[in-house]
Amino acid sequence: MFLQQLVNGVALGSVYALIALGYTMVYGIITLINFAHGEIFMVGAFIGLLLVSYFKVNVFVAIIGAMIFCMIMGVLIELIAYRALRKSSRLSALISAIGVSIFLSSLALMVFGADAKGFPDGAFPVRQIHVGSADISTLQILIIGVSAVLMMALEFIVQKTKIGKAMRATSEDYSTSALMGINVNRVISFTFALGSALAAAGGVLVGVLFNAVSFNMGLMAGLKAFAAAVLGGIGSIPGAMLGGLLLGVSEVFGVAIGYSSYRDAIAFTILVLVLLVKPTGLLGQKITKKV
Amino acid sequence: MADFLNSLVGSVDPYMLQILVNVGIAIVLALGLNVITGLTGQLSLGHAAFMSIGAFTSAMVTIKTGLPFVANLAVTGVVTAIVAAAIGFPILRLTGDYLAICTLGFAEIVKVFFLNFEPTNKALGLTVPQAKTSIPMPIYVWVVAILAIVLVTFVQNSRFGRALKAIREDEIAADAMGINTARYKIQAFALGSFMAGIGGGLYAHFLSYINPSDFGFLKSVDILAMVVLGGLGSVPGAVIGSSVLASAPEFLRFMSQYRMLVYGALLVFLMVFRPNGLLGGVNVTELLLRAIGRKPAGK
Repeated sequence: MFLQQLVNGVALGSVYALIALGYTMVYGIITLINFAHGEIFMVGAFIGLLLVSYFKVNVFVAIIGAMIFCMIMGVLIELIAYRALRKSSRLSALISAIGVSIFLSSLALMVFGADAKGFPDGAFPVRQIHVGSADISTLQILIIGVSAVLMMALEFIVQKTKIGKAMRATSEDYSTSALMGINVNRVISFTFALGSALAAAGGVLVGVLFNAVSFNMGLMAGLKAFAAAVLGGIGSIPGAMLGGLLLGVSEVFGVAIGYSSYRDAIAFTILVLVLLVKPTGLLGQKITKKV
Repeated sequence: MADFLNSLVGSVDPYMLQILVNVGIAIVLALGLNVITGLTGQLSLGHAAFMSIGAFTSAMVTIKTGLPFVANLAVTGVVTAIVAAAIGFPILRLTGDYLAICTLGFAEIVKVFFLNFEPTNKALGLTVPQAKTSIPMPIYVWVVAILAIVLVTFVQNSRFGRALKAIREDEIAADAMGINTARYKIQAFALGSFMAGIGGGLYAHFLSYINPSDFGFLKSVDILAMVVLGGLGSVPGAVIGSSVLASAPEFLRFMSQYRMLVYGALLVFLMVFRPNGLLGGVNVTELLLRAIGRKPAGK
């Protein structure tokens, strides 16, 4: 029972972590809470669904297709809605992000309709594997596996490549990096592309897991992933992974011990409690304020 | 008196009247958030939660007791302010985005609480009986809205308001100047929530049906958008912002199915072209003085 719930929790949590990474990277670089991120996740799920049901492709191809589509979309959103606002107050950028999110979800409502769509049967062969007392489905292994591979790829890009180095420099100090010859605009576009690709992958995985894709799935998932990013300490990549896993596991356990009607409140209660004890999140750096 | 007011309200087109009332309620809500976010600089993403606390309190007071509506609103406001102060006490230690996400989390918790709360019919929502007052609701809403405008204008120019602005500009410096920042922040939070509660009470009695899902994240965002669009910290800004955004979905109704699409795009474009809001950085008093031919003092 315990092991079973743990596996369920880790599967859900790794999806939260995938989405949270996008929030945390964008925040780390331009200190913007990208509220449209949840909608990118939703669009990713729809693109995956289209690819699987109309073009009859394999789930893995669908994930890659959705990632590429959302990558382009993320870069475009940054170009249209955020770039002009980079020097104005952060709240204006926040409202602009919310505008994008309303735009995308109503667009999805018009194009795909209000009812939830399911993946066709056999989109991914689900089999149960017995490990000790737990039943682990191949779906959960897919989710955990894909998330792990993507997170490792991200870690490689950020730590080992040249553009990753530029990203770290930009998040450390925006104007100094620009003076040192880093093309800041390109770095920011790249960050949006990476974050959106991860969200799209998360969207397809969630769509397959719950077998439901709907126009408003982005809101709650986005809020929870954002909570995960803040829980781990916003701006910190390992923090986002830790926060996502923690929220996923605690949500599943909360439901398992009988608080299912409080499902959506569990993540936020934990978040509020942790912030009260550790005001910058679990792995967040202490902010030293100067006058 | 009551007959006269009723006939006055009756002479206005009902559709227009509804828009006007929506605008009036939005003004009360936006001014409340303006005190918290605009004046004090504490980003709150959970204003709708206080609105819902107000709406449910006010509805329960009408259902359970025979209090007249004025007393009902006063009780509602005070209850909401007390809840806000109790919450503000621990969470206002947080700064910036951590505070924002904490208020957001709190708002979600309040929503889920009301969705599971037996006395208010859980997710079915609550039908609110008529308010105990002879004055028609639209007039009531606008009287409260004007009172709110007067109140916030006075607060803004008072010693209290200047302390709040000092906290917004630089909290550490304000602290060093002897301003009790913790106390002022809680007071501002309570004042803003007091107004949110009253706005919620008006909303409940005007619509006569409330549901916990009406007060979700998107509602908080709506109110925040009104404040930012008008210009942070500006009372006329909050009034204009709420008038524009509360009526925009109605005026966009002619393109019914594209309504929300256009609304979202509108938010983005307004922000890109007026990043500080419609009245951000505009000194309205100065403009008014210039319009009547007087030069503002000191120029």
